[in-house]
Amino acid sequence: MSTTLKYQEKALKLVGTRPLRPDGVDKVTGRARFGADYNLSGQLIGKVLRSPHAHARIKSIDTSAALALPGVKAVVTREDFAEMPDELAAVGELTINFRDVTRNMMAREKALYDGHPVAAVAATTESVAKHALALIKVDYEVLPHVIDVVEAMQPGAPLLHENQYTQGVKPRPERASNVAKRLEFGRGDVAAGFAAADVIVEREFSTKPVHQGYIEPQACLASYSADGQAELWTSTQGHFVFRAQCAKVLQMEVAKIRVTPTEIGGGFGGKNNIYNEALAIALSRKSNHPVKMVMTREEVFRGTGPTPGANVKVKLGATRDGKITAAEAELNFQAGAFPGSPVNQASMCAFTRYDLENVRVVGNDVTVNRPKVAAYRAPGAPIAVFGVESVIDEMAKKLGLDPIEFRLKNAAKEGTQTYYGPKLGVIGYIQTLEAARAHPHYSAALGPNQGRGVATGFWFNIGNETTCSLNVQEDGSLTLNLGTIDVAGGSRASMAMMVAEELGIAYERVRPIVGDTSTLGFNFLTAGSRSTFASGMASVIASRQVIEKLRQRVAKIREVPLEAVAWKDGQALPADASAAQFAPMSLTEIARMAGKTGGTIAGHAEINAQGAGPGFGTHIVDVEVDRQTGAVKIVRYTVVQDVGKAIHPAYVEGQMQGGAAQGIGWALNEEYVYGDDGVLQNPGFLDYRIPVASDLPRIDTVIVEVPNPNHPYGVRGCGEVPIIAPMAAIANAIENATGLRLTQQPFSPPRVLQALDAAAAAKG
Amino acid sequence: MARNHVTTTVNGDPVEFLCETGQTLLEALRDELRLTGTKEGCGTGDCGACSVIVDGRLLCSCLMLAVEAEGKAIATVEGMADGETLHPLQRKFIEHAALQCGICTPGILIAARSLLERNPDPTESEIRYWLAGNLCRCTGYHKIVDAVLDAAREMRGA
Amino acid sequence: MRYEVPKTLEAAITLLAGAKGGARVLAGGTDLLIQLRAGRAEPELLVDVKAIAELRSIEAAAGGYRIGAAVTCMELIENAAFAEAWPGIVDGVKYIGSIQVKGRATMGGNLCNASPAADSVPSLIAAGARVCIAGAQGWREAPVEDFVRGPGKTSLAEGELVVTFLLPRRAPRSGDAYLRFTPRTEMDIAVVGAAVNLTLDDQGVCSSARVSLGAVAARALLVPAAAAALIGTRVDEAALLRLAGAASAACKPIDDKRGTKEYRIKVAGVMARRAAEIALQRAGGKD
Repeated sequence: MSTTLKYQEKALKLVGTRPLRPDGVDKVTGRARFGADYNLSGQLIGKVLRSPHAHARIKSIDTSAALALPGVKAVVTREDFAEMPDELAAVGELTINFRDVTRNMMAREKALYDGHPVAAVAATTESVAKHALALIKVDYEVLPHVIDVVEAMQPGAPLLHENQYTQGVKPRPERASNVAKRLEFGRGDVAAGFAAADVIVEREFSTKPVHQGYIEPQACLASYSADGQAELWTSTQGHFVFRAQCAKVLQMEVAKIRVTPTEIGGGFGGKNNIYNEALAIALSRKSNHPVKMVMTREEVFRGTGPTPGANVKVKLGATRDGKITAAEAELNFQAGAFPGSPVNQASMCAFTRYDLENVRVVGNDVTVNRPKVAAYRAPGAPIAVFGVESVIDEMAKKLGLDPIEFRLKNAAKEGTQTYYGPKLGVIGYIQTLEAARAHPHYSAALGPNQGRGVATGFWFNIGNETTCSLNVQEDGSLTLNLGTIDVAGGSRASMAMMVAEELGIAYERVRPIVGDTSTLGFNFLTAGSRSTFASGMASVIASRQVIEKLRQRVAKIREVPLEAVAWKDGQALPADASAAQFAPMSLTEIARMAGKTGGTIAGHAEINAQGAGPGFGTHIVDVEVDRQTGAVKIVRYTVVQDVGKAIHPAYVEGQMQGGAAQGIGWALNEEYVYGDDGVLQNPGFLDYRIPVASDLPRIDTVIVEVPNPNHPYGVRGCGEVPIIAPMAAIANAIENATGLRLTQQPFSPPRVLQALDAAAAAKG
Repeated sequence: MARNHVTTTVNGDPVEFLCETGQTLLEALRDELRLTGTKEGCGTGDCGACSVIVDGRLLCSCLMLAVEAEGKAIATVEGMADGETLHPLQRKFIEHAALQCGICTPGILIAARSLLERNPDPTESEIRYWLAGNLCRCTGYHKIVDAVLDAAREMRGA
Repeated sequence: MRYEVPKTLEAAITLLAGAKGGARVLAGGTDLLIQLRAGRAEPELLVDVKAIAELRSIEAAAGGYRIGAAVTCMELIENAAFAEAWPGIVDGVKYIGSIQVKGRATMGGNLCNASPAADSVPSLIAAGARVCIAGAQGWREAPVEDFVRGPGKTSLAEGELVVTFLLPRRAPRSGDAYLRFTPRTEMDIAVVGAAVNLTLDDQGVCSSARVSLGAVAARALLVPAAAAALIGTRVDEAALLRLAGAASAACKPIDDKRGTKEYRIKVAGVMARRAAEIALQRAGGKD
């Protein structure tokens, strides 16, 4: 049964204010414990041996010398893990196949990327473990590899999986292919639409894989006991999902694994999947000691999932008065070594900002010899939108229309039929466009070599399985046990605020925690911008249950009918002058008597939250281009976004600024660099260049609130939308500054200079 | 292989530990002294999450050997507060929501403290360039800069 | 692996000689520790030279400066007198990593690590700096431009170490500057580095100049043709154009993950020109 709770407009005391977050002091004093900060006595250090080849058959693995090294207590290889059949599961906004999960965690037949794990050891110290890795002999038969998506799609390309036949193609192809799946969304008649257009713009784009770039490498600590139970501490976006994945690949009963989520040092989708966790449990089982595994930064880059790189084609047709008549896109996404890129989600987000009759989007999910991709904040959407919003901008220019004006003429609104299924409900896209147009940034003067660009983003956001429990303690303080991981520090505060708002009590009386998997039922990951929406809904349901029970308790204590008891501002009082009168009771008074009047008062919720409200954003960016070096500097940035309701505005602003900063890095400098040998050349923060403080200006934010009718406080997810628009906005700004349309990401200085010089040569 | 014995001072307290020659100060702080407030983000001096102050000098503890700590005075994030009284930077970071996941926060607090000890009235640009060695992936740096400016103002008594 | 902290230069030389090639000098360690961690260096002995007085001081000497090889970048930056005399050298030093890295890194280490992109080297070459080297065989001096042989290779014989840098007396109306190109504002390895050191006569004409480029060849280059473009001129637009051309022509760059050949050649000219403009301004040539 799915749950929605309708929005109720009311006067608010706490929601919308900026109280201090409950975990703040621990995080600024170093007391908060992240994945690598946990230790158990007798623990061993686990390390992973990784393939140096992009593609190779693993003929044999000889671990005898490693096992013989003093201090080595266990070694695991593919022999230690069961073969997994095809079985799909949702993980965040992506889908995984357990057959692939076990192979990504530990190679079986083949090593499929530089960095693919082939063995793991547990030893008394890190230096012994490293020494042991060097003693493991792996016999590889090196195979030709392919890393470019377009090359991988050609017949005759090196094949990763002999049994992979393109799904979604009829009739079923005869030959195996690197194209794992082809999908198509659409409506109307694009051929007729293009025929009716006065102007057509068609462009091809390419993007490179980029990494989520969380500053905390993956870290976990596993302790397996002889009675078949395992404890696992890990930095994760979803402890229940990790438990499920470990249970599956280790063939253990779910309830026998207890996962405690540590504080998480950034995830952005990259910590939705297990990497070392099942290896650590297996090593702990074999060695009879706890095993701690912390990735190095190099391992994070070589072994964990980046986004796809992609090839994107976009075609748009419009009439001279600015109406889009047809829109078409082809999205070819690298999935990495196993199928499952977010080409589905990207397809859904490509054109949904516009009310279109004739749309066709074709997507291809293509396996290549690179790490398996993982979600990265609005997975797939930034890539598709880079193409689409660039073409929208080019069309606006061709039609002589202001970029915001052109978007307004075609904007999606309530009731717009999407091309992938649902009709849009109440949304705030137009409001964000209008707020951007009215913002002083949009009309500010530009200096020499400067240009301005606009782009917009949409993400559908999700709800999903969520549980929580709310216990009233004997002194009237409350503990809220949440099942959703607090990745960015705002959600524990926001849930506590909603509970306090519902109960009419002080925020400080509610202590929110994220309990381990043994304390609650299944919760989906913190992904899809779902936690404030879904956990908020669950917290409100639990709060209302508590209020119900408090009223019942007071009715009993004061011996009045239940209908006579109202709850307001933290206390029970007579419903009105005509109801039975009684002396009011505060929450604290009731709590003190709870034991004797029937037991602890508590509320809980186990829901599948539906009705997540889609989010829209409009970004404005000014750039300055150094024409002699190609360097692009971000001079000014404004993010306008509809968040439904900002429970805690400071953390909503933080999401908008953080997402924009990641998008800026994606646009300007981030990319995976591979050699011809298929080996990653920049697995570190020196040459994988994320923005530093001096690279960015202030990022101004405008919060638009068009309440989501399906959440009690009107919340829409806000974390993902802000990463979607920056690439296109910056490409549009560069075009505005130089007249050059860049279609290859990143817009690094050599690319920009090459384009500038080519244009100058063409003129001269 | 015999380990080295090191005697040093951390946050004003005399401490000793054993370490291999190749172990870094970061590893000794975290694994020998169990002071896990200082974090490893990269191990190569590119992210600043391991920032500490040694004899008054801001540096990456992943780029200093543990044996070099002999006789020195080391300051980590655990020593910034005075009992329950937070340092103004710590307080302002919470007030301004200048941290989200918090993994980079200890390193940034130490770096910001080092800046304000030298330059009590930095401009926004000076703050950004001083903190260029501290990567943050969550905040976009905007609220961090605001928090440092505000803490500096309070510390100047302005 | 052993760790020793000699208190005198003689003790350090004895330790290095005794290790017969199995020792590494530890100053700031910002390159060495990364190599140790990656397994690219496996010495038996680390000789920490930071307790040796000669390697840690900044002194006026013979009208110029003598700088210890293990003086940190931050110490150099904070030395107001030195920064006023040689702002171009300080420019280079300021670009070495973050504040944290500069709190440990040294010019001696930057030079001896011999990366073609080392940020402090071009300005030292442009300044006409020399290094003083000591070993079991005694002392010798060498100009900085001859010291590095290629990537990761120097002219140091087994058991030798760099003790000090010598900067000559500064003529009046002199200015130097170093600029580099990087994709981000900080924290990158130079794609191209350019240093210009020039002196003007009392008519404002350039009487001497030295130009050095980094990251565009196997080692930092001294480019006499680029300097010749400035000497005898007022460092006007025409001279700057010739300078840029000579700088680009001198490049022998590679394609790597940080930049392509073509890009480096082009941008070398741009950086050399911009560095010359700053050097000119510092020499008092332009307001």
